Amino acid sequence: MLQIEPNIEQLMLDDARQAFPDECCGFLFGKEEGDDRLLTDIMVVNNSKEGDKRRRFEIAPRDYLKAERYAEKTGQTLLAVYHSHPSHPAIPSEHDRVAAQPFFSYIIVSVQNGKIDHTRSWRLNDNQQFEEEIINELVVDEG
Amino acid sequence: MATVIIPTPLRKFTNNTAKLDISAGTVEEALLDLSANYPDLKKHLFDEGGQIRTFLNIFIGEDDIRDLQEGKTPLQPGTVVSIVPAIAGGV
Repeated sequence: MLQIEPNIEQLMLDDARQAFPDECCGFLFGKEEGDDRLLTDIMVVNNSKEGDKRRRFEIAPRDYLKAERYAEKTGQTLLAVYHSHPSHPAIPSEHDRVAAQPFFSYIIVSVQNGKIDHTRSWRLNDNQQFEEEIINELVVDEG
Repeated sequence: MATVIIPTPLRKFTNNTAKLDISAGTVEEALLDLSANYPDLKKHLFDEGGQIRTFLNIFIGEDDIRDLQEGKTPLQPGTVVSIVPAIAGGV
């Protein structure tokens, strides 16, 4: 089960909205306990894809290095990669699958007509196929 | 001894070890050494033809080995080798 702190989720959704009609991308950090992951930090990254950013995203290797170093420095774990699917559902494509790494949660934000439609998360299984990971809404205690 | 930094998604193949000290003359030798010690890691480092995987970038300090001598890039004592998975996709 995956949980995202509301302010972090908001930053991710803002990135997806602002990048539309292009794809956005970035990293999420947090902690893992058993099968549960709590995401508490975000690094928004430039989509470095040369070509059609409406249909593809790419993270520059130096941005990846920066994310790993940030995780080490702050004592967090680099747990998730997010990107958006403009005008498409939040289902991983074959392009997503072939490039995917084990372990990471791949969060996809579907943006329709410039508005957030839905968000889903996926992880690779041992057969290099994606399985959905449930995102549990964090309830904010306002008391 | 060079130090190889294992990226987070591959640490499950190295018993959750993030940094490994390896005595090897070149980048390729270091990766082969890693594969011998952690067999489950091999398919994530090399393709079926024995070449370093396309979806992998290897950095020596801040430099991509594609700008150096690729797999033949020599390692000096104290060299830090980072394994950097490519992150990409799309609709």
